[in-house]
Amino acid sequence: MSVKIFRAAAGLATVVLSAGAQAAFELNFQTPVSKVGERVYDLHTVILLICFVIFIAVFGTLLYSVFAHRKSKGHVAAQFHENTTVEVLWTIIPFVILVLIAWPATTTLLAMRDTAEPDVTVKVTGYQWEWAYDYLKGEGEGISFLSNLATPHDQIYGTAAKGEHYLREVNNPLVVPVGKKIRILTTANDVIHSWFVPELFVKQDANPGFIRDTWFRAEKEGTFRGQCAELCGKDHGFMPIVVEVVSPEKYSAWVAEQKKKMAGLADDPGKRATEAGEAVAPADIKTARR
Amino acid sequence: MSAVLDTPGHHEHADRPTGITRWLTTTNHKDIGTMYLWFSFTMFIVGGIMALIIRTELFTPGIQVVDPDRFNALTTYHGLIMVFGAIMPAFVGFANWLIPMQIGAPDMAFPRMNNLSFWLLPPAALLLITAQFVPGGGAGVGWTMYPPLTVQAPMAMDLTIFAIHILGMSSIMGSINIITTVFNMRAPGMGMMRIPMFCWTWVITAFLLLAVMPVLAGAVTMTLTDRHFGTSFFNAAGGGDPVLYQHVFWFFGHPEVYIIAIPAFGVISQIIPAFARKPLFGYTSMVYATASIAVLSFLVWAHHMFTVGMPVEAQLYFMYATVLIAVPTGVKVFNWVATAWRGSLSFETPMLFALGFLFLFTIGGFTGLVLAIVPIDVQLHDTYYVVAHFHYVMVAGALFSAFGAIYFWLPKWTGKMYDERLGKLHFWLSFIFFNVAFFVQHFLGLAGMPRRIPDYAPQFAEFNMISSIGAWGFGLAQVLLLYIVVKTIRSGKPAEQRQWDGADGLEWTHLPTPAPYHSFETPPVLK
Ligand SMILES: [Cu+2]
Repeated sequence: MSVKIFRAAAGLATVVLSAGAQAAFELNFQTPVSKVGERVYDLHTVILLICFVIFIAVFGTLLYSVFAHRKSKGHVAAQFHENTTVEVLWTIIPFVILVLIAWPATTTLLAMRDTAEPDVTVKVTGYQWEWAYDYLKGEGEGISFLSNLATPHDQIYGTAAKGEHYLREVNNPLVVPVGKKIRILTTANDVIHSWFVPELFVKQDANPGFIRDTWFRAEKEGTFRGQCAELCGKDHGFMPIVVEVVSPEKYSAWVAEQKKKMAGLADDPGKRATEAGEAVAPADIKTARR
Repeated sequence: MSAVLDTPGHHEHADRPTGITRWLTTTNHKDIGTMYLWFSFTMFIVGGIMALIIRTELFTPGIQVVDPDRFNALTTYHGLIMVFGAIMPAFVGFANWLIPMQIGAPDMAFPRMNNLSFWLLPPAALLLITAQFVPGGGAGVGWTMYPPLTVQAPMAMDLTIFAIHILGMSSIMGSINIITTVFNMRAPGMGMMRIPMFCWTWVITAFLLLAVMPVLAGAVTMTLTDRHFGTSFFNAAGGGDPVLYQHVFWFFGHPEVYIIAIPAFGVISQIIPAFARKPLFGYTSMVYATASIAVLSFLVWAHHMFTVGMPVEAQLYFMYATVLIAVPTGVKVFNWVATAWRGSLSFETPMLFALGFLFLFTIGGFTGLVLAIVPIDVQLHDTYYVVAHFHYVMVAGALFSAFGAIYFWLPKWTGKMYDERLGKLHFWLSFIFFNVAFFVQHFLGLAGMPRRIPDYAPQFAEFNMISSIGAWGFGLAQVLLLYIVVKTIRSGKPAEQRQWDGADGLEWTHLPTPAPYHSFETPPVLK
């Protein structure tokens, strides 16, 4: 399909323009790892190309005028100031283009918002300034933990070299199985946060006192990194999100391990499980950063 | 610009107070316009310094210059000061100077209220600036001031809320004045469809202001009572809803975008015909396009909050309504291009800024269209793409238009001509550095860098560094503007009555240069 060609062209342009700079100088969306993400990516490419064509047409005309119709070249001004035909045309043509754009936009949006029949449901709660994950339904039900920034204070304040995943690393990532529909319920405890993972093409505000939802189905295993997208106070820039998409077998193993850990903590019900061994309580991280 | 006021031949006001009393008590539209413009420039410098501190912090990853709380406060007050302190007063300043001259009136309809509209601004500005230094520091809540974060914020939030109340009162009075002036004080024979586009755009803007400033005042007042008087408008635990605030705020906020953009359209619609030496193409359709943009602006507010989790039907409606705005906006751009087409073009500084506006504002319009498409907006919302988009609209749009207006009318105001060579230099520096600062932010947003963060992952480092360099270049270029204006007032060569041979407004054809203290003591005779 022509959309595929567009994507290939856009990808090629990106590669050419960013040659030699590797991961830096990214000029486009992150490569999507979900079907919905691919549709959004293509939709954006198509709209961008339409805009580009119109832009060239309009400013090509203006540029021609700027060079040809100069006073310094002795060009005498025409005195027309109306032309009904042209005016009607340039009202109707953009309208038609917009209707054509609205169609794929609508179908993509409907797909994006269809959160029905998930395989795993996870509630995500935003706190100042950390995320809590509660597996509500599906394999892993009952698992619950906090996820905090793992970048040390020294790196932020420049007294240590910055690591590869500076500011986008956490102690406990969200772990989900590949190819499964993951429904994310968002809410918050204090102020509004927003759960945003670019490669999954998911962003959903987390509003205190309300629950909203979104979903994704990662088609590829890997680690995908994002962060809070709604200003939530001092450490808004320091509440990353890491999603680890793993094979179903690995996921089952992870679930078993978490269950074991939770059982170990069962006699201390007030506490959420943080990864044993790392022993970094959220409060410590916050104090350290102050 | 005080040169205007010492023009010989105006002895009827020999008893006019002098010194500071004169400025405090003046009811003259030119004095008040001048004060608005200097106030605006001062705020532009203050907001600009804040922007440069922000960009310095973002020059490289890590925290170097300001701590995160201070950083958030800086982004907040940079936005508030630029929108309410710099851009809006600049255009009210132009309205004051130009509307009476353009419609053949002696002054504004309510000169004393005009004085009050201006003198409300300095206290509001003082509140916004002192908010940085009260206990707890500035409120780091973003210029959109979303609760519940605002409910947690330190006392600076209260100062900010009162500042907004005062600014709102000032805007409302200014709007009443402009509407009344244009409706009632036109010279005989000047029908509404004969007034210059600048006056039309201001009438439409004034109606927008009247409609939405009370809405903003309501939103921040609810925040105030949530903070101090135990209400729970935005607190779910008390039966409220934080998202309610966003609906109310953006019901103000979207028209606000056009409050800033529409008078800028008006300025461009004056400058391009003057330097194309050709009448504005499609005056009537321009009026209708502007009015329909204004009406549509009330119907699209929720496109600023597509990720709050509204029903999909609401997302669809707001998407369709938003993309519709592209039609009248397109009409305006096409009209401007058609005005230049087959004209007799010359490229003095005002024209350069007008063409720069046209080019960059259109980019901002296209990114606006991209953002209107919900599935794409979900990815781009609250990222640097949005920051880039609205700076293309606000800076390359409104600010470039304001620069164009300054160069266009400065000869009429001061009676002296600015240095064309320096003016062009100011344009090219602004144009180039603006793009260096903001074009790359599109890429940051596409890659997923959120806005309003004091520190970022290394993958964003290169473009942030480029952006910071551009911002510093752009900021320093504005010192040149100050130099040019001061130099014009002090030692500019005398300007002609009709400095631009293509300009055909009453201010050029019927008034001497510099314009007399009372514009038209007897109405001009129109054919
Ligand atoms: Cu957050």
